Amino acid sequence: MSNVAEMSSPQAKPGIDPNTMSIIVTKGSLDWAYPPFILGTTAAAMGLEVTMFFTFYGLNLLMKDLNLQVSSLGNPAMKMPMMGMHMGMPNLVSAIPGVDAAASKMMKSLMKKKGIAPIQDLRELAVEADVRMIACQMTMDMFEYGKEDMIEPLEIGGAATYIEVATQSHINLFI
Amino acid sequence: MADQVLDAKGLNCPLPILKAKKALKSLEGGNTLEIQSTDPGSVADFAAFCRTTGNELVEQSEGNGVWTYLIRKAG
Repeated sequence: MSNVAEMSSPQAKPGIDPNTMSIIVTKGSLDWAYPPFILGTTAAAMGLEVTMFFTFYGLNLLMKDLNLQVSSLGNPAMKMPMMGMHMGMPNLVSAIPGVDAAASKMMKSLMKKKGIAPIQDLRELAVEADVRMIACQMTMDMFEYGKEDMIEPLEIGGAATYIEVATQSHINLFI
Repeated sequence: MADQVLDAKGLNCPLPILKAKKALKSLEGGNTLEIQSTDPGSVADFAAFCRTTGNELVEQSEGNGVWTYLIRKAG
């Protein structure tokens, strides 16, 4: 259903600092929140200059109050470890009210048990590491999100803002 | 004996790296940081971290499921 992160050309780009990375963040569920924040914070820790551009559902990850959810709907690969085995959930079950909330709770408790950082913590680390975060103006308008609902510091920009960043980044990811 | 010790046991990717980076920030160049981790993925990750950042992975060892790394800060 969704593409995995796509990496740009591995060849060296003349005139571009190899220690630069941009990530377009398009998804706002609990599971999809991890790849961009893990890679963003780790790249920053490894000395890269990182820019994250949040658009569509990715904007959800910038909210001051985060309540991220995961859904098993259309996600046949989601199999939770349970009583020594792995259990998947049919799409039909996901439609029952409360099932996705329960699955989200389960995944969060699993993460806590395994020492995986909550997204709030990774996001704070990203801010501390001076990761540049840009929210997409157009999707903010569409979803009627205000800057006051979102974390600071935050820049607002559009497609041209991102493209400028991308032309100056050695690694460009779309997640 | 390391100049600073970081207990990252029980933490999963990428927290050992992020915490190590933070600890290194507070050290002078040439000083050393010892990191203890229970994350098996940390073996490949600390090697990659050091290759990329120029900090030196002086030694590493494993015992009872705990990996210990000694990193000397660059500069």
